Amino acid sequence: MSALRRREVVRALLVNRGDLLVVAGLGSTAWDCAATGDHPLTFPMWGGMGCAAVTGLGLALAQPARRVLVVTGDGEMLMGLGSLATIGVQRPANLSVVVIDNERYGETGMQKTHTAHGVDLAAMARAAGFASAVLVREASAIESLRQAVHHGAGPHFAQVKVVAEKEAITLPPREGTLLKNRFREALLGASASLQ
Amino acid sequence: MNAPLPAAVDWPLAVHQALSRLGFGVIGYVPDAGHKRLIELCHGDARLRTVVLSTEEEGIGLATGAWLGGAKTALLMQSSGVGNIVNALGVVRECRIPLLLVVTMRGEYGEFNPWQVPMGQATPEVLRAMGVLVQRADTADEVAVQVDAAARIAFGGYAAAAVLISQRVIGIKSFQEQAAQ
Repeated sequence: MSALRRREVVRALLVNRGDLLVVAGLGSTAWDCAATGDHPLTFPMWGGMGCAAVTGLGLALAQPARRVLVVTGDGEMLMGLGSLATIGVQRPANLSVVVIDNERYGETGMQKTHTAHGVDLAAMARAAGFASAVLVREASAIESLRQAVHHGAGPHFAQVKVVAEKEAITLPPREGTLLKNRFREALLGASASLQ
Repeated sequence: MNAPLPAAVDWPLAVHQALSRLGFGVIGYVPDAGHKRLIELCHGDARLRTVVLSTEEEGIGLATGAWLGGAKTALLMQSSGVGNIVNALGVVRECRIPLLLVVTMRGEYGEFNPWQVPMGQATPEVLRAMGVLVQRADTADEVAVQVDAAARIAFGGYAAAAVLISQRVIGIKSFQEQAAQ
């Protein structure tokens, strides 16, 4: 049983984020990122369950000089397990996927996910060809995870076991075009609107 | 008998040229026999990042992320793959992500495999139901023309557009002939 708390883990990864680009998977991890502070270079997904990791892949391929972090939940990751294989083939060195694993479908009544029954996402990512894939249960491992996300040669994967708890919901903006346009303008400049 | 019409043009080459001319940077695909040559041309083009997907749904996320980063994506798939992208297309529609789908049709025009028919017949309606603009190419010489036009309307209008390449162009005739491809 991990004693890590999801908001503290996400905050540790995102504080002083530099030029990090972030994709947040739908549900609790989008609220976790918003709780650290809304940011134009965070793209919170309000739909497309299962697509967060591969959205990060597309971003990492388009922007190879920038670091890209996907923060998503275990339920969301389970719906897109094939994307681990797809990322393993592309092996973008600038991509990290961090799964905040509370072993629950948090938005729908806290039903147990497959990880509660022992499904090992980190082992799947390792087998798929990620450069590193770790299971994190201890606070002492968070700093090295942060270093990997911000500086290490990836792709990195981390499955971070956290306490199953309901946090206050902090909502990011939800209109898709607003989120897209502000992200692209912050990343590509005002001319992004003319592409 | 479901022989392909005589190919007046090398449509995969013409499509590849159109994708290059229009500045695509990322190609995602789940293979289809009808896309074999186009996939090979894309893999052979160092200016394209060609990504094999484990399911077509991944392509929608791939395209969304690539567009956030400034790159244009085209996805190559079979009509059965359209069934795998339905929910994810909601992301494209809500965010107005421009996207080109190049779909080789099964389940129509003399199909030999009845299991392909339900999704093949539903493909245009499913795409339209999710707000995707749908164009068809019924002969080899109009494939690249339709791809060019669909790409322009997609990226000009921040929408998803699909070109459905008729099974008449692909011309799969039987299990034996498919296996020999």
